[in-house]
Amino acid sequence: MDITIPILILAIPLFMFLLLGLGGVKMSPKLAGVLGTLGMGTVLVLSYYTAFTYFFSGNPLFVDGTDRLQFVAFNQTWLQFTDKLVIKLGFLLDPISAMMLIVIPTISFMVHLYSLGYMHGERGFQRYYAFLSLFSFSMLGLVVATNIFQMYIFWELVGASSFLLIGFYYTLPSAVAASKKAFIVTRFADLGFLIGILVLSYYTGTFDFKTLCSNPQAVFSSFGGATFMGASALTWALVLIFTGGMGKSAMMPLHIWLPDAMEGPTPVSALIHAATMVVAGVYLVARLFPLYLLEEASLMFVTVVGAVTAFYAAVVACTQIDIKRVLAFSTISQIAFMMVGLGVARPEIHEGLGYMASMFHLFTHAMFKALLFLGAGALIHAVHSNNYTAMGGLRKYMPVTHITFLIGCLAISGIPPFSGFFSKDEILSACYENHIFWGVWMTMVAGMTAFYMFRLYYLIFWWDDPDYEERAKENAHGHGHASLPHDAPWTMTLPLIILALISIVDGFIPFGKFVTWEGHEYTIHINWLYAGISIAVAVIAILLARHLYIRKNDNPKAMADSCRWLWEAAHRRFYWDEIYLFITRRIIFDGICKPIAWFDRHVIDGTMNGLAYVTNQASSAIKGFQSGKVQMYIWWYLIGALILGAVTAVCVL
Amino acid sequence: MDYSQFLAMKQEIGLLIVFLLVFLYDTFFSKKAQGALPVVTCVLFALLTAFGLLCPSVKDGAVAFAGMYATSPAIVAIKNILNVGVLIVLIQSIKWANSEFTAVRRGEFYELILLTLLGMYFMISSGHFLIFIIGLETASLPLAAMVAFDKNRYESHEAAIKYILTAVFSSAILLMGLSFVYGIAGTLYYDGIAMSLFGGSAMSVMLIVALAFVIAGFGFKLSLVPFHLWTADVYQGAPTSVTSYLSVISKGSAAFAFLVVLTQVFGTVYEQAWEWMLYAIIILTITIGNLFAMRQRNMKRFLAFSSISQAGYIMLGVIAFDYMGISALMYYVLVYIFSNLAAFGVIGSIENATGKIDMTDYNGLYKTNPRLAFTMMLAMFSLAGIPPFAGFFSKFFIFTSAAQQGTPEMYVLIFIALLNTIISLYYYLLVVKAMFINETDTPLPTFRSACSERLGLWICVAGIILVGIVSPVYDYLLTVVLP
Repeated sequence: MDITIPILILAIPLFMFLLLGLGGVKMSPKLAGVLGTLGMGTVLVLSYYTAFTYFFSGNPLFVDGTDRLQFVAFNQTWLQFTDKLVIKLGFLLDPISAMMLIVIPTISFMVHLYSLGYMHGERGFQRYYAFLSLFSFSMLGLVVATNIFQMYIFWELVGASSFLLIGFYYTLPSAVAASKKAFIVTRFADLGFLIGILVLSYYTGTFDFKTLCSNPQAVFSSFGGATFMGASALTWALVLIFTGGMGKSAMMPLHIWLPDAMEGPTPVSALIHAATMVVAGVYLVARLFPLYLLEEASLMFVTVVGAVTAFYAAVVACTQIDIKRVLAFSTISQIAFMMVGLGVARPEIHEGLGYMASMFHLFTHAMFKALLFLGAGALIHAVHSNNYTAMGGLRKYMPVTHITFLIGCLAISGIPPFSGFFSKDEILSACYENHIFWGVWMTMVAGMTAFYMFRLYYLIFWWDDPDYEERAKENAHGHGHASLPHDAPWTMTLPLIILALISIVDGFIPFGKFVTWEGHEYTIHINWLYAGISIAVAVIAILLARHLYIRKNDNPKAMADSCRWLWEAAHRRFYWDEIYLFITRRIIFDGICKPIAWFDRHVIDGTMNGLAYVTNQASSAIKGFQSGKVQMYIWWYLIGALILGAVTAVCVL
Repeated sequence: MDYSQFLAMKQEIGLLIVFLLVFLYDTFFSKKAQGALPVVTCVLFALLTAFGLLCPSVKDGAVAFAGMYATSPAIVAIKNILNVGVLIVLIQSIKWANSEFTAVRRGEFYELILLTLLGMYFMISSGHFLIFIIGLETASLPLAAMVAFDKNRYESHEAAIKYILTAVFSSAILLMGLSFVYGIAGTLYYDGIAMSLFGGSAMSVMLIVALAFVIAGFGFKLSLVPFHLWTADVYQGAPTSVTSYLSVISKGSAAFAFLVVLTQVFGTVYEQAWEWMLYAIIILTITIGNLFAMRQRNMKRFLAFSSISQAGYIMLGVIAFDYMGISALMYYVLVYIFSNLAAFGVIGSIENATGKIDMTDYNGLYKTNPRLAFTMMLAMFSLAGIPPFAGFFSKFFIFTSAAQQGTPEMYVLIFIALLNTIISLYYYLLVVKAMFINETDTPLPTFRSACSERLGLWICVAGIILVGIVSPVYDYLLTVVLP
């Protein structure tokens, strides 16, 4: 395969970032937006071409019989420290990276297009597009990484561009705080990732994915049974690497940044915090899956973290008022689904069904969650508020948004024939096959998913019409523009329609043919027992939500009041932020940082200031030496020579 | 007599030819044509520099005239380095030489500069102390005339008097030391003295006093503490072009000659005698140079003390007593040439345009003359040893060479030197602060430096940025010193 296209896929977004970042101020916002969108469109075409070539060409480079192979398009040495410590930059094509080459450009292009309308007239429009390009570049570089260090480099770039985009409205203190929080929490997790990388490569002597994954047994034996604190060193390495994934994918207890990250522009939330960056952790585990299989304990860890997070996030999502936060917690819950899917996957159970299911869910989720976020953006655009309390009855005013949002809700709830049904059903099957407990647990979470999504749907589009005409008139006096909520311009509705269509059909993709564990082809069989259970649970949950929220009534409030403390705790996200604040402020700041700061200020600075004082005093004490009298100069010259000789003579002889 | 011996002296003969051509041009051409004299000199000297760089260097050490004259790849390399420095000085001085007050006698400036350079060549290439003394005096005495070049300025006279008196006195001390050496060894040939000192059996008070006097004699040229007191007054009083020549070329050549004398002649008594002398002198020089530099407000005086402490760092290459030390020393001199000449170039062009020379005059320079301010900043960073500029690498190599011995006292010395780089950072950054941060209502006016000054500065900036990064430079200097 020619390497031009892989290089272009990475180079175009980078070039766009530089062009818009450096030259953006000199162009009109419109030109910058169109350039960015066209650039992304080109990347979209090129990466579709690459992925389709990989999947369908049947080239022996890519496929051997029915097994799909890992193909390295190029792998350039970037830094060579020693013979073994070599950092390379390359482009790896295998089923999951080819799949990501479809997901990322699709969502990214939709967001580019959507933002033309959504961000219209914002200050720093060019900067926004520059950051979007930077993010797309980093994310593409991450998924095609040939080695774990390249992945780490792009991983950090993704974190940095996410920081820039969350803090895009840098005049809002809440946006600044959110961007800092996201950056610090994920950086903290990345520390674990880095240590994990170092432990892994210390024992195996390589960063390369192909070397690591093609022969897991060699990796296992290279560790030679080393243990640390009761667990094997390999488990430690894998768990630490997973910590990095927990940070990016917002798993408990490192999830706290994601809800706050909704302070960023809504299209950014759709791109980064729903479809691409947050699945990096899932992708990481999938990439290193052969290694995770070596240690049962590490997979167990992944499963437990995922299951707990999925449940927790679903509970919290039921009580949020801000529609973007509901979607944020729903994202956390769904990513946890994927994690559980990976955690329960075993080669002996249906040839690693969980792995395939997890990737499938990643794919479908990216589409319908982006759809939901962009729909939420259209709603916010129309009513200028993030809270559902300002909405209600919108189905009459925004038909396109209404229908597409409903499709998204049906998809995420797992109602056939929408895409979420297929992928979620596979994950549930994998859970049941692993252990009945995981199956029941995750089915319960799936039911809650359907409930909170339809709670949101009914509260936005049905419930009560808060008399928009009245409000529009009031606004007319205040701000001078009177308008009812209405559907957004075509640049915003077009992506919604496209994504809705994708969400309807992409469940029928025979995913098992393309992306499977070890590249074997695999035909999906729907297990109608499990499917029936999950459909029944989802339908019951939807009916419950309909009953409670279809028109304005006092029942939800009464229910919340009957169990006030629980509702309050869930609404406050079970006080995780407070716990973190307590730990950082009271324990870390007061207990550790303040004494260190005192030491720094008094002892270190004191020493330095003392040295400076002594130096200064010495300098002024000897200034008389330079008298300007030449006879004194010569006198000192002679004295100096004689003392030099005399002292040496005394010492040496 | 074998006349082919003259071939070993290619560089000296070339320099002599340049000198004679300049002299003849100055004497016989019309007044009008003499206006081109500085440019003609620069071109001729550039040819000489190119010749030195391109002509095949001596493979092994060559000795001529019964051991009076010696050359080696390292000696050729240091002469080339000096040539580059002199070329920059010559280019930077064109504007000054053609100015109203100096135009009448600009020929003298160029002739004297070439003559002193010839003296330095002989200082470096001698194999016998007689040639060495002749070279030293040829290099010293005309400099006094150059320091006094601004006849109409009182400070120039004062500086020249101080310079000549100290120079004469130091020569006397040096000659006295050498006469003691002759008394011990019975010869003035470098090899002969080294032979008779072999094995350390000749250790005596006389030898130690002789060594102390020789070091003192060199201490004058290198302005090592406590033989440095003339430096600040002379640097301040002399014309800026002469000051830059004095601080860079004169110092660089003396440093190499000092290295040759100490290692070749007195190498066998390194541990017994001069290691500790030099040890004390290095600490004194670096520290006291820094302590004085901190309080200076006159830029030339400031650079005088800065160059004193830089000389202390250069001496680390001598005390390393190792072939790595030689290459580190040459590299340091090369980098020092670029950095210091950049600083003097900026000072010179500001002085030529506005007559201002105080650090306070530099306040807000960035606003009005950003390029000059930027060049000055590069020079200061390089002198302070901030990566990635060349000064960092030169300090790094010279510290490494001193650390090669691995003895605790060497680590102590390097530690003290490192502490001193922190102090030096303070005063180098004072200049940067003045230019970039300090606000003033009356900044220097915006002006355009002369073409020649800009050319000189460009060369220096290129050197500061490239010499550190382009590794073949240091590798080459390492190969020429390898046995």
